[in-house]
Amino acid sequence: MERFIQLLIDGVAIGSVYGALALSLVLIFRSTGIVNFAQGEMAMFSTFIAWALAEAGLTLGLALLGALAISFAGGMLIQRLVIRPVEGEDPLTILIVTLGLFILVNSLAGWIWGFNNRAFPQALPGGNADIGGVSLAYESLGIVAVLLVVVGLLFALFERTKIGLAMRAAAANPASSRLVGISVGRTLMLGWGLAALIGAIAGALVAPQLFLDVNFMGGVLVYSFAAATLGGFDSPKGAVIGGWIIGVAETLAGDYIGFIGSDLTILVPLVIILGVLLVRPNGLFGSPEVVRA
Amino acid sequence: MSLLEVEGLDAGYGPVTVVRDAAFSVDEGKVMTILGANGAGKTTTLRALSGVVRASGSIRFDGQDIAGSSPEAIVRLGIAHVPEGRGNFASLTVEENLRLGAYVRKDAKAVREDMERCYEHFPRLRERSEQAAGNLSGGEQQMLSIARGLMLRPRLILLDEPSHGLSPLITREVFKILETVAREEGTTLLIVEQNANLVLGFADHAYVLETGRVVLDGSAEEIANDEGVRRSYLGMA
Repeated sequence: MERFIQLLIDGVAIGSVYGALALSLVLIFRSTGIVNFAQGEMAMFSTFIAWALAEAGLTLGLALLGALAISFAGGMLIQRLVIRPVEGEDPLTILIVTLGLFILVNSLAGWIWGFNNRAFPQALPGGNADIGGVSLAYESLGIVAVLLVVVGLLFALFERTKIGLAMRAAAANPASSRLVGISVGRTLMLGWGLAALIGAIAGALVAPQLFLDVNFMGGVLVYSFAAATLGGFDSPKGAVIGGWIIGVAETLAGDYIGFIGSDLTILVPLVIILGVLLVRPNGLFGSPEVVRA
Repeated sequence: MSLLEVEGLDAGYGPVTVVRDAAFSVDEGKVMTILGANGAGKTTTLRALSGVVRASGSIRFDGQDIAGSSPEAIVRLGIAHVPEGRGNFASLTVEENLRLGAYVRKDAKAVREDMERCYEHFPRLRERSEQAAGNLSGGEQQMLSIARGLMLRPRLILLDEPSHGLSPLITREVFKILETVAREEGTTLLIVEQNANLVLGFADHAYVLETGRVVLDGSAEEIANDEGVRRSYLGMA
């Protein structure tokens, strides 16, 4: 039982990372209908920035904050320079552009920082907490806590502020948004900035457990796609809960189903994606369009 | 001087020009209507005024030329556009839709008062204030879109087919409220409407648009008595 609870918490922790990256995917999909395949690579790049700032002598906290700020600005810049010119083009064109962005960001990181593995410092405390006889890693608990704070802040932004209302309005009806005076271009830039920032948090949370290299977010992106698909691609709540379910399923399957072990865990998200698309294409919390004529 | 003066207006979509050399003006505090058959360019005219479509020529609002300005800039001058098809934010609540109508306003206290006034005009909206706009009935959605326009506290409100899809009873209700707004608050109304009978009984002045040009212009009474108009738009011999 103790082992089971530990696995559960570890699963929720890694699931929180998937949930965070899935949140970035959902933020962009909701506002523009674009699935950003480059989201993982953007997060990888952000993590490298944090690493480079720390290497340059900044304390880890400052390096992380700096990376978040740069990611936010970078996300807005990417929207303005790369995405806006193809806005309104057909979905395939935009898909190819985000794939191009994937390759571009990946190569750029390799060109700047090389292709070697690097250890990424852990910002969360080490050691274990003893809760009711079960020993849980502070790291796992910390990751979950970070995600919950991010979700709380996002909720406050979208539900309690005027700019958040404007972002939701621009996602719901861009034409009417302009008629009430919302600069839709600016809200889209902001959405990409936020997505990049949340991706950076996902990268910095998972990097200490993996090694930092130019491809380290590739696997995470697949799990995040599974999380977003499972939760519903337009539902932030779904992204988080989907992430947790995927994380737990992956961890438990790796431990309890013999042939999966640690090599075949990638099967878990793929099976889940396939299953969701067959049974419930809108995901658990996704909305089919409901409009009364 | 009129609140809105339009001269030599060309407007359209991409390479297609729908409105050609249109000229008309709207006096402050008056109710103006533009009549015309389907495809005459009525909706395009309103879209040109609010900056949604390409427009050239002269559009002077309170003396300032706004032709070619962006919708975001035009709404800040106090022109609200209630588009055809209502333009509500379907996934947002009724109350959020109303707040968005006042998006460019900085006077938070007055906005809250106006919200209260909208709820008094349209008690149905108050009952449904926390529901998603997309779940309202057609009539309620039309009321919401008009209320959203009023939340700007506009000097000029452009209404595109306010009676569209409404039962005669609800249509009368909506026009009664518009009349109140026009008479009591001095808001200037520019209405595009298929239901010429209804709107001519309520407007001060009317223009008739045919294939993108203004062909007739007069007081609502004159227009209502015009032989051609009676035949074409009022269904009378």
